[in-house]
Parts: sequence; structure tokens; C-alpha cells
Amino acid sequence: MRRDIFQAIADPTRRAIIALIALQAMTPNAIAENFNTTRQAVSKHLRILTECELVKQEQQGREIYYSLEIEKMKEIDNWLSQYRKIWETRFNQLDNILSTIKKQKK
Amino acid sequence: MMNTEKTAEAGSNSLLFDFTVDKAAKTVNITREFDAELSLVWDAFTQSELLDQWLPPKPMTAKTKYQDFKVGGKRFYAMITPEGQERWAIQTYTSITPKTNFKMYNAFADKDENPELPGSEWDHHFSEHNGTTKVYISIYNESLERLERILDGFTKGMKMSLSNLEELLAKLSHK
Repeated sequence: MRRDIFQAIADPTRRAIIALIALQAMTPNAIAENFNTTRQAVSKHLRILTECELVKQEQQGREIYYSLEIEKMKEIDNWLSQYRKIWETRFNQLDNILSTIKKQKK
Repeated sequence: MMNTEKTAEAGSNSLLFDFTVDKAAKTVNITREFDAELSLVWDAFTQSELLDQWLPPKPMTAKTKYQDFKVGGKRFYAMITPEGQERWAIQTYTSITPKTNFKMYNAFADKDENPELPGSEWDHHFSEHNGTTKVYISIYNESLERLERILDGFTKGMKMSLSNLEELLAKLSHK
């Protein structure tokens, strides 16, 4: 089952991880140093983010580096701006209906 | 950075339109002013004959099979693409304070009224100042994938009608 992106970004630790690796690719250990939690917990968050395709892994030597999938984040913003457009259209239609009804009443 | 995106802009008639997304809270917040008295705007949001006229973004249309506007009552309706494809949904009213507030649960459904869960929780607030009515809507979506599906339906409808227009224009230009 594909993971839900809202779920991914609803967790405060995962949002903090996203903010961290948005600046530079990091190893799980380096990421874990920023949190008051176990390395295992951070790994679990990274796994969820990877399943959502919000982060990608890259092997460099013996280390795995995690970095942000900027395109995926943009995709979310893209949906949301489309949703905003739909509401703009709806409300313009409603403006027209309201003004028609007001004229009929007069 | 990614919790809230805020965009506010005044329309040509300087009526407020504010659209914010709180991704962490999985909530879309929409505020809009209308140049009409509250009772009229309330009707436009709660009577299916009016809802069917403005809620489907053109060229989509809508039809309501039945509506029972009371707590526990429902509106069963469909958004229809220009090609006649129907997307059914059920709204269940969970709270109503006349001309002030109403809440509902919105879920996609098949044509036999079987809901596809999860849906979304809608909250509407109405207030009037000097003949201008302000409506505040918050929409809580359990999943973003659901939002993705909503948009998918709309963009398909739009694209199909655009390709129809292209065909029509091509036909006309050959004459």
C-alpha cells in the first residue's frame, strides 16, 4: 500500500527531518544527533518518508545519505494551488448567482 | 516553512478571499466575503437548487438526487463532467445553527449511495457586517490522497471539455 503524504508530514519529528535535509543530504546518525530520540526511531521516520517518496537515499562510500525529493514537495503544492483555483471559480459563480437573485428581488 | 501557505488577495470588488492550507493539521481554511445579505448567502450554501448552480466549476455541472437539510439528514448529489460522467457523493449534516453555522461530513459514493471512506469534515461559519456576508469554511481531510483524487476528477473534466472545444474549433475552421 502506498503511504499517505499527509500522514508523513503530520508528524512533528518528520517535519523537522524534512527541514534538516532540505538544507543538505545527511546520514541517519547525523540526523539522529538533532533529536532527543533513539536512532531506531529516526530510522523508522526515515523509512516512512522514503515510502512516501519524500526523501531519497544515496550510497556514498560506506554511508547512506538522505536528501529531500524537492519535486515531490512541489507536487503537493501544485495540487493545493489547483484546489485553490477551483474555489476561486466556484465563488465567482456564486457572486453571479447572488447578484442575479438580488436583481430579481428588486 | 511547510506548515501553512497563505495567500490572500482582494478581488476586483475588494471582497476578501483567503485560502490557507495547514498541512500538519490536514486542514484547508477558506474565508470569502460576498456582497449580499446573510440570509441569501446561507440559502446559497444550504439549498441544493442553489448549490447545484455554483459548486461545480464550469464546465462541470451537478445534480442533487435528494436533500434533507437537518441534523442527521443528507444530500446525495453528483458532479457531472461535460461527457456525462457522474461522480456521486454524500453529505451528512452533523450540526446546524440556522444562519450562523453548519457542519457536515462529505464522502464520495457509488451511484447506490455506498460511501467510500474516509471522507472530509466541513465546518461553515457565517457573519454579516454592513450588508457584506463573510463565510469561513474549514475542511479537514483525513488523507491527502483523497484531495489528489478530487483534483484528478476535476482536471479530467476540464481537459475533456478543452479537447471538445479544440475539435469544435478545428471543424469550424475547415468550413
